[in-house]
Amino acid sequence: MTNETRKAAANKPALIVGVLLLIVAALVGHDASQQTITSTYGVGPTAVPYVVAAGLVILGLAHFVVAFREGLPAPEEADSKALLWIAGGLAFLIACIALGGGFVIAIAALFACTARGMGRRALLIDAAIGFVLGLVIFLVFAKLLTLILPSGPLERLFL
Amino acid sequence: MDTLLSLLHGFTVALAPSKMLFCLIGVFLGTAVGVLPGIGPALTVALLLPVTFKLDPAGSLIMFAGIYYGGMYGGSTTAILLNAPGESASLATALEGSKMAKAGRGGPALATSAIGSFVAGLIATIGLAFLAPWLVEVAVHFGPWDYFALMIVAFVTVSATFGDSPLRGLTSLFLGITLGLVGIDKLTGQARLTFGVPELLNGVEVTTLAVGLFAVGEAFYVASKRFRDPEEIIPIKGSLWMTKQDWKRSWAPWLRGTAFGFPIGALPAGGAEVPTFLSYSTEKRLCKYPEEFGKGAIEGVAGPEAANNASAAGTLVPLLTLGLPTSATAAIMLAGFQQYGLNPGPLLFAEKPDLVWGLIASLFIANVMLVILNLPLIGLWVRLLAIPQPWLYAGILVFSTMGTLAVNGSPVELAMLFAFGFLGYLMRRYDYPVAPMVVGLILGPMAEQQLRRALQISLGDPMILLENPGSATLLGIAFVALVAPFVMSGLNRFKASED
Repeated sequence: MTNETRKAAANKPALIVGVLLLIVAALVGHDASQQTITSTYGVGPTAVPYVVAAGLVILGLAHFVVAFREGLPAPEEADSKALLWIAGGLAFLIACIALGGGFVIAIAALFACTARGMGRRALLIDAAIGFVLGLVIFLVFAKLLTLILPSGPLERLFL
Repeated sequence: MDTLLSLLHGFTVALAPSKMLFCLIGVFLGTAVGVLPGIGPALTVALLLPVTFKLDPAGSLIMFAGIYYGGMYGGSTTAILLNAPGESASLATALEGSKMAKAGRGGPALATSAIGSFVAGLIATIGLAFLAPWLVEVAVHFGPWDYFALMIVAFVTVSATFGDSPLRGLTSLFLGITLGLVGIDKLTGQARLTFGVPELLNGVEVTTLAVGLFAVGEAFYVASKRFRDPEEIIPIKGSLWMTKQDWKRSWAPWLRGTAFGFPIGALPAGGAEVPTFLSYSTEKRLCKYPEEFGKGAIEGVAGPEAANNASAAGTLVPLLTLGLPTSATAAIMLAGFQQYGLNPGPLLFAEKPDLVWGLIASLFIANVMLVILNLPLIGLWVRLLAIPQPWLYAGILVFSTMGTLAVNGSPVELAMLFAFGFLGYLMRRYDYPVAPMVVGLILGPMAEQQLRRALQISLGDPMILLENPGSATLLGIAFVALVAPFVMSGLNRFKASED
C-alpha cells in the first residue's frame, strides 16, 4: 500500500528532515549574525557557524532530492503506547528532580513506567523494585563515592 | 629500546596492587554491562564513566582500559548466544557464532572468541606500544593545519563508513558538529547557540549525548517494536573447551584477523566494522570446509573477533598520539581524558609518561584478566542474559539517568538526555547512524580550534591549508573519500536504469 503512494508523491519523512535541517541551519546562522565579539586577526567565532549552517542547508536540500527519489527507508510500525509510557516516566523523573522530590522516588517511577512500557503488567511490584534499586544507588553514591545525588525529604532521612 | 624501557616503567605503574584492582573491577564491570543485550562497548564506557569520576586519573584510566576490553568481550557473548550484536563490529561474529551456538557448540565459540581476542589484543597492544612513540615523533612536527586536515579525514571516513547512506551519515555528523558549537567559544569567550540558558554555556556533554542516543534511544526503539522479534537465548550445551581441531582451525584466523584489524583501526578509517567483515570474507574463502560457512564455522568467529579486538587497540593509536577519536567508543574515552584535564596527543607522552605507559601496560593486564575471568565465569554472564527485557531496559534507563545526575544534576541536563534519547530513536527508526554525531560533537570544536589557529598564523589566508604538503594531501584524501560513494552510487544507478 505504502509502496504505491510513495512512487506517486514525495517521501514525507525525508521532506520533514529536510525542513528541520533548514530550520537548524537558520538558527545557527541567525545566532552567528547576532554575535558581538570578533577576533582581531584570523577568523572569529562566527566563521565556523556559517560554514556549518551552509553544510546543513546543502544536506537539507539533498533530503528534498532524496524525497523525490528513493526516500528514507520505510520504518516498521511503532507501538506508540509503549513509547508514551517510557516518555511519561522520563517526564515524571525530570519534574520530580526539578521540584525537589528526590532521586529515589523519581527512579522508582521511571523503573515502573519503563517496565510497563516494555510489556510488564505489575506496576506496583516494579515500583517497589525501582524504589529499592534507587535507594541502593543513592546510598552507594553517598557513602562510597561521597557524591550526593539530588535529594528530597526521603533522601535526607539517610544523610 | 626506549620503548621497552618505557613499557617496563609502565608495568611498574600498572602492576601496583591498587591499579590491578581497578583493572579487575573495570574488566568485571565492563563485561557485566557489555553482556547485556543492546549495550555495545561505546555505551558500556559511557554508562560507567561516572563510576570512575572520583578516582585519580591514572587509576580511572586503567579502570577504563578494563571496561573497554570487558565491554567488547561482553558484546561478543551477546552476539553469539543471542544473535543480537550490540554494535556493527560484532555483526560478523553473530553470523557464524549464533549458528555454532544453535548447533550446541556455544562453548567453543565463546572460547575461540575469548582466546582470539586475547591473542589479537596482545599483538595489537604490542603494535600500539611500538607504533605510538614513532607516531608521536611525527606528530610533534604537525602544524595546526595538519591536525585540521586530519580531523576532516576522520569526519569523512567516520560518516561514510557507518551505515549505508553517506547522506544520512553526513547529516548525523553535521548535527553533532552543530551541538559542538553550543557554549562559550574558547578563543574569544563568545557565547554561541545558548539561547540565554546558563546551563548551556559549558556546552553539551559528550556522555549525555552518547547515553541519550545509545541507551535511551535504544530503549525507545526496542519498546516500539517489542512484539515483533522476541529474543531467544541459546543454552550452552556440551563442552566449553575447544577441541584439538578447533585450535588448529582457529589460530590462523586469529592472526589474519589481527593483521586486518590493527592497521585499519590505527588509520582514521572509521572503526571495527570494515576489518571484521574483511576477515569474515577472507576466512570464508580460505577455509578448508567452505560448506560449513553459514552453518557455524569456527573460523567465522575466530577471525572477526580477533579483527574486532585488534582494531579496538588500533583506534587507541590515533587517540593517544594525536588526540583523534575515530569511533564512538574512542570519542567517549576522549571525554573521559578531558574530564581530568588531560589532552591526549604528543605532549601527553612527554608530560605524563607514567600515565600513558601505565595505561598501555594495563591494556596487557586487562587482556590477561579477561581470559582468566571470563572462561570460568561464562555461566554467570549467561544468566545475566536471562534478565527479562522490561527489567533490563528499565534498569538501563535508571543507570543512564543516574550517570547524568552524578555528573551534572540539573533538570536541563536531564531534559537534554531525554531529547537526545528521542532523537536517537527517530534516527534508528529511519536508519541514520548515531556514531558520527558523537564523533562530530567532540571532534567539531577541536577541528574549529585548529583551523582558527592555522588561520591566525597565516593572518587569515586559507591557502595555508593547501600550501602545506601534509594538510594538502590529507584534504585530498578526504575529498576523494567524500565524493567517491556519491559517484559510485551515481554509476550504480546508471547501470540499474540501463538494465
